[in-house]
Amino acid sequence: MKTIVQFLIFPGFLFTAVVGLIASWIDRKVTARVQWRVGPPWYQPFVDMVKLLGKETIIPKGTSAVTFLTAPLVGLASVTLISMLLWLTLLNPGKGFIGDLIVVLYLSVIPAVSIIIGGFASRNPLASLGASREMKLVLGYELPFVLALLVPVIKAGGSIRLDEIVASQMATGATATSLSGVLALIVAIMCMQAKLTLVPFDLPEAETELMGGAYIEYSGPPLAVYKLTKHMFMFALPIFLVMTFMGGFGPSPISLILGLLKYVALLVIIVLIRNTNPRVRIDQAVRFFWGPMTLFAIVAVALAFLGW
Amino acid sequence: MKALLKSPWVFHLSTGSCNNCDIEILDCLTPRFDIERFGMLLVGSARHADVLLVTGIMTRQSAPAAKRVYEQMAKPCVVVAIGSCSLGQGIFKGSYNAPIPVDEVLPVDAYIPGCPPKPEAMIAGVVKLIQKLQGAK
Ligand code: SF4
Repeated sequence: MKTIVQFLIFPGFLFTAVVGLIASWIDRKVTARVQWRVGPPWYQPFVDMVKLLGKETIIPKGTSAVTFLTAPLVGLASVTLISMLLWLTLLNPGKGFIGDLIVVLYLSVIPAVSIIIGGFASRNPLASLGASREMKLVLGYELPFVLALLVPVIKAGGSIRLDEIVASQMATGATATSLSGVLALIVAIMCMQAKLTLVPFDLPEAETELMGGAYIEYSGPPLAVYKLTKHMFMFALPIFLVMTFMGGFGPSPISLILGLLKYVALLVIIVLIRNTNPRVRIDQAVRFFWGPMTLFAIVAVALAFLGW
Repeated sequence: MKALLKSPWVFHLSTGSCNNCDIEILDCLTPRFDIERFGMLLVGSARHADVLLVTGIMTRQSAPAAKRVYEQMAKPCVVVAIGSCSLGQGIFKGSYNAPIPVDEVLPVDAYIPGCPPKPEAMIAGVVKLIQKLQGAK
């Protein structure tokens, strides 16, 4: 019972959805300001959601309706679970379990998988193209992302428990204060950009060439679920990086506020990267991740082993 | 429906325009006019859209396609015809290639005249449409 409440309300679905939508507003507003525009009012993302929920759901002819409609839900559920795991660990220090870092790592691939399934299920050439790009992107960024996450693990003395990583950072300073930590953080931010499919790695949806890519056939409520997943991910993933690289935060008010400030800082970095870069091609993206990023991550891991 | 008026996502369909109207539509997104203030977004797929902006004379080739695009949109949705061409075939009147005006193919809700209409005119037209829909509610 308690778990269900935690999953659905706090710190699971409802909480993450509200904060995620606010984060997406920050994204749109900062984007607008960068482009010298005024931007939407703060309630815009909520209105968008309500509107999408009220619209017709179209299921394309010849698709498997079950796959088509459940694909978005899979992504939503996994993002909710990530956020719940992270917040429970943050709010009750010492209550993690061995390997929750790895659980979060696996869960964070599932939204991408749900986009792939949905894209291929919608029986549209552009959606298939988007889905196949997403697949290549996943292959690209997973390796450097895992390598980068090895650095905080090594710093915490080989622990793969999130609460121990946070605790060891509280004791000895954040991972990102060391050389290896900074390198790994840069790699992780790049991978996060790709995980959130934001420009310059928004190849799967590429509005101008693929017209929405994997989402092209979705309308109404399923589209709302996809959008919500993306916004919630935009909240959960930076929190994950704050925990592993930037010292995390605890349940006391001051450290909560500090933690949120760190989160907003990461969010603004993401938005600025997104606004100052053009979209890359898929081969460039994969080369970027397998080349310089993996190299960076390996160097960071080596430095971490040497104690820098 | 009320939420729709606050966040109309726009899909842009050219049925054989001279491309000038289309450029003026894009002008609405620029810092000077910034229709995102009203929650309007230009989306890439007809499935996501609430408003269909039609420009250009309905050519023989594009009429069936336009009809299909309209059918692909998730209802409820509205159609706005932009430019003299789509209103009354403009300078192409009597052309062998344009047998029917736009509003005989699609149920047009608002007409915005001009060749091309100014972005101000488009925004004014859309605001009028929103007021009309609010009154109808
Ligand atoms: S109304 Fe004028 S500007 Fe617009 S498409 Fe027609 S000819 Fe071009």
